[in-house]
Amino acid sequence: MKIAEKKALKRESIIQTALQLFSTNGFHKTTIPDIATKLQMSVGNLYNYFSSKDILAQEIIKYTSEALGEKIRVVNMMDVSAEEKIHKIVTVYFTMAQDKPEMIEYFLRVYLSNREVFKDGCDGMVCVSGFITEIMIFFDDSVSSGELRNQDFFSAFGLFMGYLGGMVFLKGEEVLPKGIEFYIDDISRNIYNALKA
Amino acid sequence: MFITPKPTLLWLQAITCNGNTHSFLNHPDLFSILSHFEIVHHPSLESSYTMEDVINGEVPCDVLILEGSFIDEGFLKAGVEVSSLIHTYATKAKHIISAGTCATFGGIFKQKDPENISGFCFDLEEKTSRYDTYASKLISLPGCPMHPKWMSYVLLMLAANKKIAIDNLHRPVELYGYTVHTGCTRNEYFEWKIDTKNYGLKEGCLFYEQGCQGPYTRGSCNKILWNDISSKTRAGTPCFGCTEPTFPKASLFHTQTNMGIPAKMPLGVPRRAYLTLTGVVKSFKIKRFTTRLLEYDE
Repeated sequence: MKIAEKKALKRESIIQTALQLFSTNGFHKTTIPDIATKLQMSVGNLYNYFSSKDILAQEIIKYTSEALGEKIRVVNMMDVSAEEKIHKIVTVYFTMAQDKPEMIEYFLRVYLSNREVFKDGCDGMVCVSGFITEIMIFFDDSVSSGELRNQDFFSAFGLFMGYLGGMVFLKGEEVLPKGIEFYIDDISRNIYNALKA
Repeated sequence: MFITPKPTLLWLQAITCNGNTHSFLNHPDLFSILSHFEIVHHPSLESSYTMEDVINGEVPCDVLILEGSFIDEGFLKAGVEVSSLIHTYATKAKHIISAGTCATFGGIFKQKDPENISGFCFDLEEKTSRYDTYASKLISLPGCPMHPKWMSYVLLMLAANKKIAIDNLHRPVELYGYTVHTGCTRNEYFEWKIDTKNYGLKEGCLFYEQGCQGPYTRGSCNKILWNDISSKTRAGTPCFGCTEPTFPKASLFHTQTNMGIPAKMPLGVPRRAYLTLTGVVKSFKIKRFTTRLLEYDE
């Protein structure tokens, strides 16, 4: 394996470990030595990959956004109706919340809750563009095909993603009486009914 | 000593508003350009032959300029089908220039009878049955109207026996290789996705709300300025896409959007790439672009 490939793998393992720790213990309670210890590497070596904890946090949000964006991109490429795409996007989101809860938890409990960490370098939608772009494409396609009603982007985006984020937040708080997958059908139908033309 | 005769130039009109004739008359060096040719007939300028001579098929023709939309039957001049006149001189000519969008693609007048009216060699983007016969000598100058300097570029190149590079719709690449967006004074506002608040303002881009088609319209309106001074977009009016085969479209002052996303992307730009940039750029507020360029006294 080439050195560059080894470094890329190491970089990704740092991101995944830090993602776990930040999501579970919180951004401020997790230190760089905590992350280095879990990875069995020296603090100095970890700084060779990320020069600060804030920069590591910013790279993680890009990483999670790209990961979610890639899955939605697959849905966007499918030749199915907007209603079916909504169902698939909800499934993708809730499955990720179930199988890799740290990915969504990071967005809700680190990214949205510690804005000062992200203000320089992750202004606005800069670090979540991988995900936002795919949602834009989904809306654009669905309005072009006449399936969804044309409206302001943010009124539709807020309804869709706010709803999903809220449900995953409730799951994280352990207040949902049923597993999150139970809600996929109803929530997909609710979103479609709210957005359809 | 021999004097090489000047190439003969015939300007023929079909179904037209005369817009291209008038546009060309605005050329500041009109007579200098025309001095390279013998004008055998022109709708507005003194010429060597009468319309009667033209109709009789007696006029020499090296360069044929066609203005106006084409129809096979039903458009007559002095009792003669204009289509037959055009065929007569198109066969004689060494070069055919379709002046304006009507002669090139069908344009405004095609709306009257979309089934039968078209450009001479193109019907929108499709080749007409005449294309194969005349393609080897065809140069397209779409525009509503065409810019006078686009015509002078072609005429002077022909007069100098220079080859003109053309694209698949026979448009000179020197003139139509660009989009109207190229050279627009609002490009900084386009880059930062800041729309203008009204027509005629110096600030803001017209692409996001006001219907500007400059980013996906081929033409050099912002490189070769109109009256050597300005352009639609510089003056604060959206580009109407008048050089395109699809001209005219409806709702020229309104950008069609899908949940705020422009329905048509800049020429050749993948939607995913455009939207990625948009999401990033819209995250920043640049103060310089949110203030007036000039503060005017009340």
